[in-house]
Order: sequence, then C-alpha cells, then structure tokens
Amino acid sequence: MATPLRTREGGPAMRRSAFRRSRGDGPFRFATTGAGVILLAIMAAIAIFLIVKAVPALQANTGNFLTEKFWTPNATEPKFGIAALAFGTVLSSLLALIMALPVAVGVALFISHYAPRRLAGALGYIIDLLAAVPSVVYGLWGVIFLIPFVKGPWTFLNEYFGWIPLFAGDAVYGKSMLTGAVVLAIMILPIIAAISREVFLQAPRSLEEASLALGATRWEMIRISVLPFGRPGVISAAMLGLGRAMGETIAVALIFPATFGITFQVLSNDGNSIAANIANGFGEATPIGQGALIASGLVLFVITLLVNMAARLIIARRKEYARAAA
Amino acid sequence: MTVSSVPPAVITRVSFSRRLKDRVVLGLVWLAFAIAVVPLVSVLWMVVKNGLARFDAEFLTHSMRNIGARDAGGGAYHAILGTLEQVGLATLISVPVGLLTAIYLVEYGKGRRLAQSISFFVDVMTGIPSVVAGLFILAFWVLVLDMKYSGFAGALALSILMMPTVVRSAEEMLRLVPNDLREASYALGVPKWRTIMKVVVPTALTGIVTGVMLAIARVAGETAPLLLTVFITDSINENPFNGPQMGLPLYVFDQAQRPNVTAVDRAWTGALTLILIVMLLNLVARLIAWWRAPAKGR
Repeated sequence: MATPLRTREGGPAMRRSAFRRSRGDGPFRFATTGAGVILLAIMAAIAIFLIVKAVPALQANTGNFLTEKFWTPNATEPKFGIAALAFGTVLSSLLALIMALPVAVGVALFISHYAPRRLAGALGYIIDLLAAVPSVVYGLWGVIFLIPFVKGPWTFLNEYFGWIPLFAGDAVYGKSMLTGAVVLAIMILPIIAAISREVFLQAPRSLEEASLALGATRWEMIRISVLPFGRPGVISAAMLGLGRAMGETIAVALIFPATFGITFQVLSNDGNSIAANIANGFGEATPIGQGALIASGLVLFVITLLVNMAARLIIARRKEYARAAA
Repeated sequence: MTVSSVPPAVITRVSFSRRLKDRVVLGLVWLAFAIAVVPLVSVLWMVVKNGLARFDAEFLTHSMRNIGARDAGGGAYHAILGTLEQVGLATLISVPVGLLTAIYLVEYGKGRRLAQSISFFVDVMTGIPSVVAGLFILAFWVLVLDMKYSGFAGALALSILMMPTVVRSAEEMLRLVPNDLREASYALGVPKWRTIMKVVVPTALTGIVTGVMLAIARVAGETAPLLLTVFITDSINENPFNGPQMGLPLYVFDQAQRPNVTAVDRAWTGALTLILIVMLLNLVARLIAWWRAPAKGR
C-alpha cells in the first residue's frame, strides 16, 4: 500500500535523456578534476623533492643544522646551520612589517574613506604599480641609490637613538639589515594596502552612517565602525605581507651584508637571510652545498607555509575580500 | 530649565580636541599616501634617467658575448629573447592547468571536499616564495631527473608561480557568469561540458585574458627561480630546451653586481626594458578589462 512515489519523476524516459545529455561530460569532468589534482600533487611534490635532496646534505653535515652559525657546506668537512639565516630572515621581515603596516593601513584608509571618489580608483592603481615593479629593479635601486643615500640617516639614528639596542653599534653601514628591511617594506606595502582597502570598503554602510548621525567626526566614525570591522582582514594582510617579505630573494641578496652573524644591531655590517643566501651561494655550490641550500629552502618553505596558512584561515571567514590577496 | 536656553549651535559644534584629532588623522592619512608614492617615483625616475643612456639599437640587438664587464657596448638581446621564450612556455603550461582547475572549482566541485582542499592550497601556493619554486625544479628536474639547466626548466619554475594566479582570476570571472545563461543552455539540451566551453568560458573570456596577462607580467620579473634553473650565459641561445639561457631579470641581477659603471649602466637599461615589458602587459590587461567591462553605458 505504502509504495513510495518513486516513478513519478525521474522515470525511465527522463533518465535516458539525462544520460544522452551528459555524454562527453565524463572526459571533460575528468580533465578538470585532474588539473585540480595536479595542483595538489605539485604542492606535495615540492615538499617531497626538497626533502629528498636535503637529506644527503644533512647527513654529511658535521655541525648541528639547527644551531650552527656557520655556512661552509662546500668544505671537505661540511658544516652548516640555519640559525643565523633564520634569525636574519625573521628579523628583517618583522622590521619591514613594522615599517610597512602603518603606511599601508593609512593608504588603504586614504583610498577607501578619504580620497575623492573619482580619484580613488586611479590612486589604487598607482599603489598597484608599486607591486608591478620587478623585485630585481628594487634591488638595483637599493644598491645604487638607497645604500649611499641612507648613510646619513643611519648615522643620525645611531648617534641619537643608539640607546635603543636595535640602532646600537660602533659603525653604520649602508649595506645593512635595516636598508634591506626598507626595501622589503616598500615591496610588501601594496599587498597589505590592497587587502586592507577591500576590507575597509566592506565595512557596513549603516554603521558608518549611524555613527556619523550621532555626531562622530570622520576619524571617530572610522575608529568606531571601520577599524573594528576590518581588524581580522588587516591582521591576515599583515601576515601575507610577512610571508612575502620572508621569501623575497633577489632584492635582499643585493643589499644584505651576507655574513653569518646573529645580532640585533641592524645598522651593522652583519646579517643574511635564507633566500638571499640561496641566491648568493648557489653559483659556487658543490653537490653537498646545493643540498644544504635546498635544506635551508625547505625551512623557508615550512615557515612561509605556516604563516600563509594562518593568514588564510583568518581571511577564509570572510570569503568576499579574499580575492584581493591573490 | 527651558530647552531654549541651550543655543542650537552647540549641537553642531564639535569640540576643539575632537576636531583636532580628526584633522591630525586626515594629515597622517595623506602623509601615508605620500610616503608610499615616494619610492615608486624614485625608482621609476632613476630607471628612466639612468636607463635611457644605453637604450639604443645595439642594446636591443646584441648579446654580451666576448664583452668584458668594463667594456662599453654589449646588449641584452639574448636576455630579452630568453625572457620571451621562458615566459611564453610558462604561459603555455600554466594556462590550461589553471583554467581547467578553475572550471572544476566553479562548475563541478561545489561543496566537495576535494574542491575545498584545492581551493585552500591554491591560496597557499600564491604565497610560496619564488626561490622555493626554483629550488623545487632544481631538485626535481635538474638533480633527480638529471636534466640540464635550460630555459624550459626556468619555465617550469615560473609556471608554478603562475598557476595559482591564473586559477584565482579565472575562478572569479567564471563565478560572475550569470546562472541564467547556463540554465538556458541546459534547457536547450546542450550537455554540461559544451555549455561550459561554448557559453560560460566565452562569456568570461576577456576577464580570464586580463588575469592571465597580469600573471604573465608578474612572473616576467621573477629572478630567483631563473637563477637556480636557467643559469647565466653571455651568449645567444635560441633553444630553450638545451643549455643555459639568459633572462632579463637575471641580466639586471648579473650586471648590477659588477662594480663598474658600464656594467651598472647596462643593468639600468635592462631594468628599463624589463619595466617597459611588464608595464605594457599590465596596460594591455587593463585596456582589455576596461574595453570589455560588462554593463557599461547600457
């Protein structure tokens, strides 16, 4: 009695036509799925092959890879460690972030809430141009223009702010961590500004208007309604910028002093980063040396992966503005 | 006690400190924008000023073969050629894979776990340092498969950097295609894959092309992956599949490190050429986007 109404719809006739309709769909669907799987496979392969080539070098290493402060993998008794490089990578990137973040947030606010509507698009384009300049050009600019240029300001910092450990030291050099950090800051500014702008533009209009209606000034309106709304977006933008800064290679390879010291004195002639060391050391690397560089690259890969994943997890909650990060 | 004892002006007047704060922030925001523009202007100015000196026919038609660092003359023909070939090959590799992946994400993968993980890792992939992509191709292509340094190896490394950008931009464009178009096509009995190829993709094509152009512009300036996979040469090598090649970013990097004026001048001119190529690609992309912008002037 209680026969379900199974044949009402989707009867034999309909099913056949549905089948006819999807002919050829199988291979196409397979191709598109396959392409997606290829992307996943590439990500896995990156990790696998880096590990495969890093292990022999790590086994030949006579020092401790994590704590050693030297980098002499080409010697007959290879001895190399990531400590100094990882330190320099993190320190320079954090300095770059500290410099870039306030400016980038200011730029984002300027474009989203201060600039005249008509101009905003053009101004956003100007900031995008910063990102379009290839990194090697920033490197060249850094070497030829910035390094001689900062000698004066750096001496000033050292003289009057030397009591801050960061700027302490006996001598100042143009070719230093701080100069590299300035270039890094310029290079990560557009990505932070672009994502922050997207977030600020999506702050609920009703909240903004409500706070203005209550008599708030423009800054109070932004502080009350725009900034709290945008905070997670700005945080993830900052982390994406940090990831970029840590991976940036060529510009800093030309600017960092390329020595293996660990010091907070960013004006000194000391410091290097993982990426810069790969670019500078690759030319004369022996097979073990190449393995050592690959091992250091693996460390960089893992660090940036963690930072980026964290940033994406924060951003994923608001899918709408994630596209600015691409 | 009467209400009228409060002058109406008080309601609209903002206290001095609040107004001051507002003004200060306004100033700071303007300042931030100015600070951001200064390096851009400085870089572009330096590149144009220093690059124009050697931006001549010899630079564009000659290589660096038999030219020492101190010698005048020499050019970047081999590097320009290499860049065009490497970037072209990278585009040929990454566009089909990227486009198909985007189609999967938009048309087939809705709500599936595979699609979600692909989507997540595409995002993560955009953050891979370019030098790591270079190291991967070095480890996989050069060291494990025992292939030689070549333009093609460089193209492989560049395509890893290009793919996620292509996927993201194509995905966004495909999502913009109205569902009505798909439904109309299905209603006419057109199978899904033909609907995608004949209706969805053509509708989104200009947007996809724009995204691809921007992706090309971005990888054209990458240096680190080329350094590890293409190596460096002073001679013209037209074959990207055999032997070391040169690329414009590599050329700039190489010349910039030499401590003498003629080499640095060549580096500036190389930078100018590179920026011109990148800006041209950007401009074309934006022109396409602007020219075919949907729902304009209707």
